[in-house]
Amino acid sequence: MLSLKLAYRNLIGAGLRTWLNVFVLSFTYILIIWHYGIIDGWNHQAKKDMKAWEIGNGQIWHQNYDPYDFFTLEESHTTIPQTFKNAISDGVLTPVLISQATVYPEGRIQSMLLRGIDPNQKVIALPTAEMNIESDEIPVIIGRRMAKNCKLKEGDITIIRWRDINGTFDATEVKIVKVFNCNVPNVDAGQMWIPINKLQEMIQSPDEATMFIIGENFEMNENVSGWEFKSFDYLMTEMDEMIKMKKIGGSVFYFILILLAMLAIFDTQVLSIFRRQKEIGTYIAMGMTRIQVVSLFTVEGAMHAILAIIVGAIYGIPFLLWQMKTGFSMPAGTDDFGIAIAETIFPVYGAGLIFFTVLLVIIITTIVSYMPARKISKMKPTDAIKGKIQ
Amino acid sequence: MKNSEIISIKGLIKRFSIGKGYFTALNGIDLSFDKGQFAGVVGPSGSGKTTLLNIIGSLDSPTEGIANVLGQDVNKLSTKKAAILRRKHMGFIFQTYNLLPVYTVFENVEFPLLLLKMSGAKRKKAVMDALDWVGITDKVKSRPAQLSGGECQRVAIARAMVKKPELVLADEPTANLDSENSHHILQTMENLNKELQTTFIFATHDDKVIKYLKRKILLEDGKVTSDDIITN
Ligand SMILES: Nc1ncnc2c1ncn2[C@@H]1O[C@H](COP(=O)(O)OP(=O)(O)O)[C@@H](O)[C@H]1O
Ligand SMILES: [Mg+2]
Repeated sequence: MLSLKLAYRNLIGAGLRTWLNVFVLSFTYILIIWHYGIIDGWNHQAKKDMKAWEIGNGQIWHQNYDPYDFFTLEESHTTIPQTFKNAISDGVLTPVLISQATVYPEGRIQSMLLRGIDPNQKVIALPTAEMNIESDEIPVIIGRRMAKNCKLKEGDITIIRWRDINGTFDATEVKIVKVFNCNVPNVDAGQMWIPINKLQEMIQSPDEATMFIIGENFEMNENVSGWEFKSFDYLMTEMDEMIKMKKIGGSVFYFILILLAMLAIFDTQVLSIFRRQKEIGTYIAMGMTRIQVVSLFTVEGAMHAILAIIVGAIYGIPFLLWQMKTGFSMPAGTDDFGIAIAETIFPVYGAGLIFFTVLLVIIITTIVSYMPARKISKMKPTDAIKGKIQ
Repeated sequence: MKNSEIISIKGLIKRFSIGKGYFTALNGIDLSFDKGQFAGVVGPSGSGKTTLLNIIGSLDSPTEGIANVLGQDVNKLSTKKAAILRRKHMGFIFQTYNLLPVYTVFENVEFPLLLLKMSGAKRKKAVMDALDWVGITDKVKSRPAQLSGGECQRVAIARAMVKKPELVLADEPTANLDSENSHHILQTMENLNKELQTTFIFATHDDKVIKYLKRKILLEDGKVTSDDIITN
């Protein structure tokens, strides 16, 4: 208690240097909490978006389907198994047929994936119902990334080419009936959504599908030969890995930041112990034990971390709350990373994160303050009083 | 040891090692001090006055011989026990005042009482009393940097006296003061000595101090060459 009181007096008395250290430390706290909050917020949002737009509650894949290998797509679809028919008509499962095709934006050849889907599906959030219109051309929908890339807009009519089952090229005109806005690049970049029955006709694969997206209340109870269930968590592994990497990348940065703050405090401690020898001698003459003096200086150093909590709270809490409310606009260009990311991310702060950040900084600060303070117990009080130790 | 004797020094030798050899700062001191004395160790610079005071103050220990202070053998005290002895029974006054710069006058004087874990109300009264003794009650909220040398030393005396210790050790307390301030603080200490029966031991070569001493111990080259009780 005594050293707390004395340390507080000394620290406040030391003025500017104290506040500089405190500011650096408080900045460290806020930055760590904010950055982790952004990553967690992103993770949270990406999961939500991917579930809503792409993954649903999991998927069932044709055994040959490999999302990274376009060349096997032709062998990756077969007839929709009878056991799924009920679920499909109940709207808890929706088939998707995938085929390779090309578009010609401004004369360039660009390959893409045609994804056939039931316009009436309600399993994922894609505005497929927009394709339920009468038109001479086949109605299709694309995402804003695809639209930008191919310079297409709503109402445009464009030619697409594909290879039919016999390997011969075929072509048709499609009409962009909707450009949708969504944060999940997997359903947008290089993708064109088309009514599934049209695609089945185009590639002469009636009643076939490459995969199914699972909605609410569907469970795959039996093994259906030729089809593999992929759980939501499995389909999220890539995203999870990336979040983990982001966090590790972040911790390197925090490590450097904390290191800098600790260097500043270590330096302050060494300097203050050197400059305040006479004071140390006086403490001892007045009857403080060496342990008391060492702990006084340790508490003094560690108190930087405590003051930093207060200072950090003063400007940090409003900042963090404001970020939580308005979100953080991701810099332009992050759109093309190929990972689900919203334009604006709303950070999510966990109590555990805040607690551990604060605790970690306090512990490290205490250790860093203690190390130079140990030197005090080796000082001769008679020399310290005169302030003549070099 | 007599009833009134509070310090007893016998055959005290203090050597400092310098390089390969050593330097003998105190060379066979025999002294005893009674309670309530107003004594001074007098002698030229380098004669060993500070060294002697440090040993009496249990800040240093003898190389040979015995120094018994307030019933404790300084040589046998652990640093912790020595700290407790100083905390409870001794006050120090230094040539350079050694006030804590970031503390106010009040906080400086309060410090020894905090170490004794005295309650807040008692502390406040004791601090104000001590500041009253030295006549500096109007500067409680000032910091040392805002005070003159004389005022600083008065605060230092208040700090040494606030816990009413049995023994006050003052090493060259007037060396940085002009004669008016020197007389003022000496009169203050003289009064406290009379009122509270506090034992004062000075180390000094200042004539202004010597005039006030009731006992003058002359130290030369680490030896006591005369020891006179002054009556007037
Ligand atoms: N820590 C030390 N190491 C070596 N020599 C010392 C030390 N302290 C004091 N001395 C020497 O002992 C002698 C007496 O010193 P001191 O007691 O300070 O004298 P005074 O206070 O009478 O001026 C001096 O010659 C001084 O140089
Ligand atoms: Mg001296």
